[in-house]
Amino acid sequence: MPHGLAFDIAHLLAGGLVLMSFLLLYQVRLYAMLNIFALHALVLALSVAWQALVQGAPHLYITALIALVFKAITIPVALHRIIQRLGIHREIETVVGIGPTMLVGMGLVALAMVVMLPVTANADALAREDLAFALSVVLLGLLVMVTRRNAVSQVVGFMSLENGLVLAATGAKGMPLVVEISVAFSILIAFIVIGIFLFRIRERFDTVDLQALDRFRGERR
Amino acid sequence: MSPFLAHIPLVILLIPLSAAAILVLLPGYRLSAALNMLATGTTLLAASSLVFGAGQIAPGQLLVDQLNISFIILNSLVGFTTSIFSATYIGHELATGRLTPAYLRFYHAMYQLLMFAMNLALLANNIGLMWVAVELATLTTVVMVGIYRTHEALEAAWKYFILGSVGIALALFGTILVYMAAQPVLGEGADAMVWTSLIRHVADFDPALLNVAFVFLLLGYGTKVGLAPLHAWLPDAHAEGPTPISAVLSGLLLNVALYVVLRFKLLLAANPAAIAAGPLMVSMGLSSLVFAAFMLYRRRDIKRLFAYSSIEHMGIITFAFGIGGPLANFAGLLHMVMHSLTKSAIFFAVGHIAQIKGTQKLAEITGLTESHPWLGWGLVLGVVAIAGLPPLGIFMSEFLVVSSTFARQPLLALPLVLGLLVALGALLLRLGEVAFGKPTGSMAPAEASYLPMYAHLSLVLVGGLFLPAPLVAWFQHVAGLLG
Repeated sequence: MPHGLAFDIAHLLAGGLVLMSFLLLYQVRLYAMLNIFALHALVLALSVAWQALVQGAPHLYITALIALVFKAITIPVALHRIIQRLGIHREIETVVGIGPTMLVGMGLVALAMVVMLPVTANADALAREDLAFALSVVLLGLLVMVTRRNAVSQVVGFMSLENGLVLAATGAKGMPLVVEISVAFSILIAFIVIGIFLFRIRERFDTVDLQALDRFRGERR
Repeated sequence: MSPFLAHIPLVILLIPLSAAAILVLLPGYRLSAALNMLATGTTLLAASSLVFGAGQIAPGQLLVDQLNISFIILNSLVGFTTSIFSATYIGHELATGRLTPAYLRFYHAMYQLLMFAMNLALLANNIGLMWVAVELATLTTVVMVGIYRTHEALEAAWKYFILGSVGIALALFGTILVYMAAQPVLGEGADAMVWTSLIRHVADFDPALLNVAFVFLLLGYGTKVGLAPLHAWLPDAHAEGPTPISAVLSGLLLNVALYVVLRFKLLLAANPAAIAAGPLMVSMGLSSLVFAAFMLYRRRDIKRLFAYSSIEHMGIITFAFGIGGPLANFAGLLHMVMHSLTKSAIFFAVGHIAQIKGTQKLAEITGLTESHPWLGWGLVLGVVAIAGLPPLGIFMSEFLVVSSTFARQPLLALPLVLGLLVALGALLLRLGEVAFGKPTGSMAPAEASYLPMYAHLSLVLVGGLFLPAPLVAWFQHVAGLLG
């Protein structure tokens, strides 16, 4: 094998991210989902930090740090608070059952491999595997968003999808704007999560659960 | 290239950005509406001066060539007229209490930020920057769609956000893949994302990677264009947001997303081994057209009706660019300009109508030519134009699209014509009641600004009767560039 330890560790971490995405896929409780997401972001942070080390690209440490502080700690804590304050149902309604969802998830990972591995045959092995894993994470994130009806879990799905994009961007060696893009994404998420939507929906005392549409109970209306 | 003109792109970006910063602090509706108009007006002037520069300039991370000049001028023009319409529209919203002064400040600042983001997307010479700009434009419109904070508005904004972010994600993945394809040839670093250097070296890129990248980019940015099957956000976002935003969404933002797709299509066309981008665009465009045409029959909401009509027309434009060749590209460009002008004029009319009648339900808006002749006849003219009837501009561009399709792909012309006729039928059917039925609802006189609407409509009329030779030459040149 031409690859050394650097490749193995990168491979392990990227694979770990896919595994975390699968864990997200079968959570039926919001808090558990948030905890898994924190773990998802932690694995991403490790993976990005490893890429920074291997590629000798110190600016990627910033991206890793953002993933660690912002996505693994701040956002899950904030979402915990929001769920409590708004009294959102803690159980997640899913559109289809867990079993079929997992099967579709596996299909998507297979699809990602089939699509990405042949076309990146000329790229270096590290980037190649990373890209295939990243596409899997992106597709699994999409699946989470599609199969959940609850706004908070859709946001979690979106964030996991975005983690996949960051993985792809850091895997592409020397890509400019990676740090800027991860900052932009963080701002976007902060903006969406804490600010506009939840506050406004809070203001109207409607539920954040888009499907059920049941009214927020308690306080004045 | 005079040094003066080289600074114009920067000016086009700085005006809206600084206006946004001032507007967020400025109290008072009249003052901020006036400043909003002033800012879009000066942007239009600056954008128009770009015509005098010939060829291509690339100051910094920006790029100006004949392709994007046409988009920028159209963008600033509709941005300017919409700001005039917005001033009266928003005054009414403030009077009825649908918007509070604090939200109004926010609204104006967001309007300018949206203009900035769209101009940045059009001017960016870096595919990463382009992506960031489109993301920013999407985000500002998401917020604007939800600005009324009703349950429907929030749900529309949420749907737009979810689908928009899926689009954003796919587009970024495509962008990363383009970088991966460019990196072995252009080396690591910023150069491998600069469009002008990409297009120069694209022939040496790995075609397989480019193909996959384009599929992601087309799906990603196609979501923003409103192409079926990723259009679901569009009708809701148009119906629930403030009407000036519907006008800007339909007239401008969809074009900006399409422009980005065209840039990548050019990249693919310059690589002989890559797949042709045309057939993909043709099939997405055609399915959007036919789907939206049938959906027009089942609309009960006037803004949703015209939102579906936007999907239909974006389908036609994407189809025309997908067919390619000088004639079809010319038709696509012309159609894009005509559609932007007509659709925003229609939304200007619809905005005032919905305010007077206090409803957007088609069944409750009837007999407009009798109760409000200026608005009613404006709407009639707009709908006749958008349905593609002569002598207005859209007839001309649709005729060109159809005839160029007959010349190159006769079989594809059949579904195209079918879609156009179905849409025509639906629009005229709805128009009958709305314009000439028995008047119902409020008869209150309209406090409307007719100027933007009739200005657009007369441009569309002129476009249908005769096109000035310099404009034709310009479009022909751009059509040639598009290949």
